[in-house]
Amino acid sequence: MSEPVTIVETPIKLDFSYTPGVASSRFLRSLEKGKIVGQRCPKCKKVYMPPRGACSMCGVATDEELILSGKGTVCTFCVTRIPTPGLDAPYVSAWIRLDGADITSMFLIQECDPEEVRLGMRVEAVWVDEADREPNLGNIKYFRPTGEPDADYDTYKDYV
Amino acid sequence: MTESVLVAEHGIEYTYTRSTGPVIGAFLTALRDRQIVGVRGSDGRVIVPPTEYDPVTSEDLSEIVPVADEGVVTTWAWNDSPRMGQPLDRPFAWALVQLDGADTGLLAAVDAGEPGAMRTGVRVKARWADGRVGSIRDLACFEVVA
Repeated sequence: MSEPVTIVETPIKLDFSYTPGVASSRFLRSLEKGKIVGQRCPKCKKVYMPPRGACSMCGVATDEELILSGKGTVCTFCVTRIPTPGLDAPYVSAWIRLDGADITSMFLIQECDPEEVRLGMRVEAVWVDEADREPNLGNIKYFRPTGEPDADYDTYKDYV
Repeated sequence: MTESVLVAEHGIEYTYTRSTGPVIGAFLTALRDRQIVGVRGSDGRVIVPPTEYDPVTSEDLSEIVPVADEGVVTTWAWNDSPRMGQPLDRPFAWALVQLDGADTGLLAAVDAGEPGAMRTGVRVKARWADGRVGSIRDLACFEVVA
């Protein structure tokens, strides 16, 4: 090591304990059992998934829980052609409106050619093996096409 | 809803890779060889650690000047509760150390043991890290000269 130093690495690290709160803890524990739990606002009746324990529009607590099917509709998507650690390119990330939910969530779409992904495409959750589940969203590996006919535009037009 | 909430340990880490440039590069290269260098300013002062630009005229600086790895504490503060990532995992002093041959203070940790061992003017000497790589961490800390 006699070459002069020209490059230096400067790590910056933050360690913290993350507490998701009551509603998200219940949501995450349900995921461990293979169930997707949403919460309905008692005022506007909108269903949140993931639930946050309160309706951000109405400002009221959301106590009513319901189990969602794990099927949904692609509302918006992006094909990424640059690889990311753990993901080969191209890969597809999509905002998916789960059936019965009134907000969208972002998931990967796999088991299909990225060129085939389209708005209105019907997809379903693919779970990790039951023995390997933990209380986190990683239990849903990705979504894949169900093969059903595309959803009617009116069912997702507000989420595009 | 009586079940307990979840807690997860999270770490967010960004490692920046920086180009040192010739002046800081010379400083880090010297540290790897257990030496400390500064740079001579337009007024003749030796600045340690070296700066790339003159603090008075803003001109480029390039005259690298070796200094001693021993000097005096010009001011200090006691750190009773070291945090993760700091130079030492036990209480230590943060100090400005004016090395012999230098005209400015180098901010560094002094492994003094207890605050009673510290005072302005006390002599300290560099303790070098094992396995030096060309990083400020090669200068592990300073220790009080008996």
